[in-house]
Amino acid sequence: MKFNGEQIILNEKTSLLEFLQREGYATDKIAVELNGEIVPRSKYASVTLKDADNLEVVCFVGGG
Amino acid sequence: MISKDFSQEEWNRQLRERCDEEATRKLQQARVAVAGLGGLGSNIAILLVRMGVENLHLIDFDKVDFSNLHRQQYFPEQIGEYKTEALASILKKINPYVKLKLDCVKVTEENLPTLFTKEDIICEAFDNPQAKAMLVNGVLENFPGKVMVASSGMAGLGDGNLVKARRLNKNLYLCGDGVSDCAMESLYAARVALCGAQQAHLVQRIILGLEG
Repeated sequence: MKFNGEQIILNEKTSLLEFLQREGYATDKIAVELNGEIVPRSKYASVTLKDADNLEVVCFVGGG
Repeated sequence: MISKDFSQEEWNRQLRERCDEEATRKLQQARVAVAGLGGLGSNIAILLVRMGVENLHLIDFDKVDFSNLHRQQYFPEQIGEYKTEALASILKKINPYVKLKLDCVKVTEENLPTLFTKEDIICEAFDNPQAKAMLVNGVLENFPGKVMVASSGMAGLGDGNLVKARRLNKNLYLCGDGVSDCAMESLYAARVALCGAQQAHLVQRIILGLEG
């Protein structure tokens, strides 16, 4: 799978939510794009990642 | 010599000195929302009005505070006023013919679907990271046709050239260095304004069809 521009190997069946948590993301401070489409927050748990996927995670930090 | 009380036609003529007729019309017809009227939003709105954008929707629940004056475009006599009202009066001093919609509300997942129905382009200019993520996710989920110009990372005194604009997909742009967090470093006027200027510049490019 491509993750933030880099090729990685998915060792096991993983939901998007599990993957994000394992990578240390605070899921209330991100936007997730899977294969060019934004993933609704309510679907993080039900989306299963595949080898052919292209995943981009946008993080928001404070300040404005 | 133009009088201080210029007509709308005089303003338009001056605008056409730097844009052609079609660009002027596109800028005047565009509808842009600015959500959050702090260091980013106050700069973005002022720049957009000077560029010739006439239909602006300003959204913020907060009032002008003394601590805002070192970074945001407000004046001491405006302390205590709602930012929507205070910014509206500044924008009308620049172009008296600007058409503003003011919403003094906190944006939530609940009110978001009805708040942004009229605008084509939405600038995310909040300071809180959860609010930023909520707005960006909410707009992209609820309004697939709208363009979101968001921001992340403009705190501190790091290299100004790291405050960049990038396009993440057809409907989402992100400005900032992506990492400098106001929880770790203070916010300073110029670096925040750089980020706001990147956002305002992107809005102009999108309106004029230069982003493809």
